[in-house]
Amino acid sequence: MKIGPLAVATLAAMAAALYAALLYAPTERVQGDVQRIFYIHVPMAWNAYLAFFVVFVCSVVYLWRRGLWWDSLARASAEVGLVFTTLVLITGSLWARPIWGTWWSWDARLTTSLILWFIYVGYLLLRGSVADERRAARYAAVVGIVGFVDVPIIHQSVVWWRALHPEPVVLAPGGPAMPPSMLLSLAVSIVAFTLLYVWLVRLRLQTELARTEIRELRRALAEATA
Amino acid sequence: MVRAAPSGLDRLAPDGSSGSAPPIEARGLRVTFGDQAVLRGLDLVVGAGTRLAVLGPNGSGKTTLIRALGGLLRPTGGRILIEGQAYSSGGAAIRRSIGLVSHQGYLYPELTVWENLRFYAKLYRVPEWEDRAREVLKRMGLYQRRAERAASLSRGMAQRLTLARALLHDPSILLLDEPDTGLDARAFATLEALLREVERTVVLTTHDLDHALRLADEIAVLHGGHLVDRVPSAHLDPTALRDRYAAATLPRGEPAEV
Amino acid sequence: MPAFLDVVGTLVWKDLLSESRTKDVLSTGVAFALLVLVMLNFAIDLGAENVEAVAPGVLWVSFIFAGTLGIGHAFAAERDRGTFEGLLLAPIDRGAIYLAKVATNVALMGIVELVSLPIFAVLYNVSPAWLQTLSAMALGTIGFSAVGTLVAAIAANTRARELMLPLLLFPLEVPVVIASVKATAAAMGAAEADSLPWLQLLVGFDVMLVAASFLVFEYVVEE
Repeated sequence: MKIGPLAVATLAAMAAALYAALLYAPTERVQGDVQRIFYIHVPMAWNAYLAFFVVFVCSVVYLWRRGLWWDSLARASAEVGLVFTTLVLITGSLWARPIWGTWWSWDARLTTSLILWFIYVGYLLLRGSVADERRAARYAAVVGIVGFVDVPIIHQSVVWWRALHPEPVVLAPGGPAMPPSMLLSLAVSIVAFTLLYVWLVRLRLQTELARTEIRELRRALAEATA
Repeated sequence: MVRAAPSGLDRLAPDGSSGSAPPIEARGLRVTFGDQAVLRGLDLVVGAGTRLAVLGPNGSGKTTLIRALGGLLRPTGGRILIEGQAYSSGGAAIRRSIGLVSHQGYLYPELTVWENLRFYAKLYRVPEWEDRAREVLKRMGLYQRRAERAASLSRGMAQRLTLARALLHDPSILLLDEPDTGLDARAFATLEALLREVERTVVLTTHDLDHALRLADEIAVLHGGHLVDRVPSAHLDPTALRDRYAAATLPRGEPAEV
Repeated sequence: MPAFLDVVGTLVWKDLLSESRTKDVLSTGVAFALLVLVMLNFAIDLGAENVEAVAPGVLWVSFIFAGTLGIGHAFAAERDRGTFEGLLLAPIDRGAIYLAKVATNVALMGIVELVSLPIFAVLYNVSPAWLQTLSAMALGTIGFSAVGTLVAAIAANTRARELMLPLLLFPLEVPVVIASVKATAAAMGAAEADSLPWLQLLVGFDVMLVAASFLVFEYVVEE
């Protein structure tokens, strides 16, 4: 495999993010070193949402323009998004254990992430269980749209269901409550993980497009020889 | 949801001049399923009042052609114009002008014969539907059995009801996929008379060459994803048709199924 | 617009007439809902002290399981008999098919729920505020059917559709389930008035879910 500039940039950014998270960022006063998982957990969560937003946009465009490229991009993004969501749930759990004293809490953001995970597991399983590729793409696009539109509704309903949840730390009104060095580390991490997301999606998309091309060639061959 | 109203542009003939478009026009029609290409750039124009029988061996794509023409299947490539309009722009208007018979009868087994027709009459907004339903049922010899459930009909009777359903809204275009399936000699004669007495544009498929000669005034052979031979049936007798059919389907090395 | 509603009415008439002949959905739905009520009674070992907290959830689990069976049947039956193509062939708006299936499912699920509710009240020894409970049932059922109809139309064309349906459907139904259970719980507890905000929320969900599903349904059924 050719190592492109994107791969190099991703690796460099990841190295910087690790340095920032583990060495540069100050140790949090209350939580201690455990809090450093924050620099992995939060960027992945942001990228998971970004991934599913990309799925949503690609789904809309696919239904509108019917280019299989958009469908392939939606699929690639959903797969990477699902991996990120899985890791978000795991890192969140690891973080919660020492801090909240429990592996899991049914608070709004955790619960929404879990439901999100189920939606996109269903999305990918659905793609695999429809034989015709265009039909699979169409169905997936519908689930990609309805699933994403449902996310804020799910989140809000869980918020009302469990009225206790920690206030957002970064986007809290009146400016961020974090020291600048932590914020900088977080920013570096977010850039690194976003690059990682783009890189992974691109790899996945290339595989998918190659597969489509093989299929088209095979079809043309069958058409020409018959 | 709401389809665009037919605009003047859609009604233009393919050469750009306005004029009455043929009821059925397919250009470069391609349909593929997975790696398999069923229709490979098929061209077909059926003029008003023409009754065309499409022959072809099993798996040659006859059903696929009928389904594509009926708008049940989105072609992989090429285009289909029904009375000059594409399905994407024509919508409900062109669907109303088509009556389609497929292998599936589109009948609800737990509803009676009459209820099945009532249902479709309402969907097609048939005016005076009760008179019309009575008329087609009588014609197909099913009126006496109108209170019976569709499930209790024999295959041939169900096929008659299927034909009645397709004719119910008096479509100007009939797409019939093996309409002779299960029909006895009398029912077949009725079908023949029905197709001859009212001027409709018809595309039908059949395996029976004699039936093709009786029902259609043009005959074409579908082979290798194209229509390979199209002749007026007046020029043919059964033996001549058999020979032509065998010749048309020969290159692939399959024995002609007659 | 009257023509549109006329078509919806015809489609609903056809489905209800079919159901009145076969009783496939109603008989299995009621039996299944009651079975779930009984099974859950064993599973959670209900006592007087936890009945108010647990009973609403039990009720909705039974409704949703029974409803999933029914909603899957609506499209599976059309697909299996090949009649769905007959609907697509007809000069009718795809949205009419969607709304008719939602209406049919709400009607059938509603009957199953009305039969199950008194039996539930006896088995679990609760006496809910009926108006609030019935409102929650009606609104929850509409929300469930709105998404359920869309997903069932998709699942009907997949391999192993009886597995795909709940897998795709349940995560999307979370908001409806939460609001329905909360509204029902309030109606069964001491504070009946507390069900009002949840009922209002359900109205909002219903509008959003019906509108969103209606808009994309066309893409599901196009051939």
